[in-house]
Amino acid sequence: MLERGEEILIGTKILMKGLGVNKAMIGIENNKPDAIKHMTELAKGYEGIEVYSLKVKYPQGAEKQLIKALINREVPSGKLPIEVGAVVNNAGTAYAVYEAVQKNKPLIERVVTLTGKSVEKPSNFQVRVGTPVTDLVEAAGGSPKDTGKVIGGGPMMGRALLSLDVPVVKGTSGILLMPDEEAHRGVVSNCIRCGKCITVCPMGLEPWLLEKVVMHEDFERAEAEKIMDCIECGSCNYTCPANRELLDYLRVGKSAVGKLMRTRKK
Amino acid sequence: MSLFTISGSPHVHSDTSTKKLMHSVIYAMIPALLVSVYFFGMGAVRVILISVVASMLFEYLIQKYLIKGPATLTDGSAIITGVLLAFNVPSNLPTIIIIIGAFVAIAIGKMSFGGLGKNIFNPALVGRVFLLISFPVQMTSWPVTKPLFAKGLTDAITRPTPLGALKDELKKGDTVQQIMDNGVTFLENGKQVIYRIPSYMDSLLGDMGGSLGEISAIAILIGAIYMFLKKVITWEIPTAYIGSVIIFSGILWMVDPAHYVNPIFHLLTGGLMLGAFFMATDMVTSPMSSKGQLVFGLGAGILTILIRVFGAYPEGVSFAILIMNAFVPLIDLRFKPKRFGEVAKK
Repeated sequence: MLERGEEILIGTKILMKGLGVNKAMIGIENNKPDAIKHMTELAKGYEGIEVYSLKVKYPQGAEKQLIKALINREVPSGKLPIEVGAVVNNAGTAYAVYEAVQKNKPLIERVVTLTGKSVEKPSNFQVRVGTPVTDLVEAAGGSPKDTGKVIGGGPMMGRALLSLDVPVVKGTSGILLMPDEEAHRGVVSNCIRCGKCITVCPMGLEPWLLEKVVMHEDFERAEAEKIMDCIECGSCNYTCPANRELLDYLRVGKSAVGKLMRTRKK
Repeated sequence: MSLFTISGSPHVHSDTSTKKLMHSVIYAMIPALLVSVYFFGMGAVRVILISVVASMLFEYLIQKYLIKGPATLTDGSAIITGVLLAFNVPSNLPTIIIIIGAFVAIAIGKMSFGGLGKNIFNPALVGRVFLLISFPVQMTSWPVTKPLFAKGLTDAITRPTPLGALKDELKKGDTVQQIMDNGVTFLENGKQVIYRIPSYMDSLLGDMGGSLGEISAIAILIGAIYMFLKKVITWEIPTAYIGSVIIFSGILWMVDPAHYVNPIFHLLTGGLMLGAFFMATDMVTSPMSSKGQLVFGLGAGILTILIRVFGAYPEGVSFAILIMNAFVPLIDLRFKPKRFGEVAKK
């Protein structure tokens, strides 16, 4: 945002025209005051675009949560944001739109963050889609010896990669190298019904209950308890004092319920 | 090249753990523990030590030889049960009765359901109520309080609890005001003794007869604030519990102040504070959602006053919490958290 602010705003303007709307809001979390200041300054030159500072909160970037934070409307279960009159796009998308429309450049490049506790030179790289991840790691000073886990994406929602011999794809936002000591999960113990998973769930679900229901393969109940609303943010798993693998079970349940819903439609 | 560890997200974990939560509860019990030692002396130390050691021993043996699972002693929950059980009995309780209580609490109250997290009822209260019903005499003889190192008094002298004295006298037909002014007169070794109802200040600090941990409202509040800051307990249950006790006893008091004591007396005497902050909030045996916890606290408050005022026992906190424990699965079924996006439909 600091480097490509102007381009993002132009991209936003193009998106607004395409959608036929006259108001756009840019939400930035308030732990990035320089970005907020910079964008607010720049946005003055663009009619209908306003920059909003948001409280730091996870998960904020998920579209339903972002809509709630910005215009205080809740997207109903199973519906799309347009239901409440909103469309959400990433800053990266706005930039890509700018490049595609103004520069006639298709999406062949993206910015990838390479970081990790033991990484020598954590950096952002602008690379072509298809660049091997190994090359990025080399450019950042090589793979640290203690690396035990490699994550494509962020620590909460990213996917663990089996090896570095994979290319950057259009969805690769970052590569995180984790030391081996942090790569393993804790020992699972009994649920102590503390209710922390309910408190943190941004969708108002009961992860402890869904876990139990999925364990018993009662997928109809899981569906009734709105398992499909789960956005897989991982907050429940993160906060569980008993180290329970809540999100794993929720994923299993979601895929089973999805199958159930598809067969019902036929 | 070597392959990396793979697993589903999230790849990080907060630094909470069951062990840390349990240890916070143990720290939170320290103020009440110190007050009990101050007022009941070595008797309190003895009861607490026996209760904790016996609870830990039973948990260890059952986990190792009956359940044959991984050791659970380190999570600290057996210590909590032990201390809470000790908090709920008088300081002159015979050793063997304490051990029986610890056995019932751990073996029947907790381990028979499958251990920590699976139990339906608060283990310490299961032990306490079992003892109260089985050993009513020993469980209701309350040594008089005396500051530590004070001379001349022994555990042999017992006095009623404020709630017990009040209940007995009300049955005899006295009014609340008469009891508060004149105290309670009874015969001891042929001599007439007057027991005076403690002042609010005494009950706030802990200078009154009762179980070990329940006497000092202030010590319990300090522990509760600590637990609240550590996010071990949430505001819902204590607020709903104490709030409903105040409202319900307040209604009775306003209708007939001669025969029903005021809400402050209910609040400061007996085990209400201990129950509301340490036992009703036990996460294993309370509802999960915020709404459910409010209902749980409300029910416990109403039951407590019902038992105290109309029941056979002077004290109703343990029964009220145990009864509400039984309703938790139903409460969880009925009171769900507000799902995201639910506002639109009515």
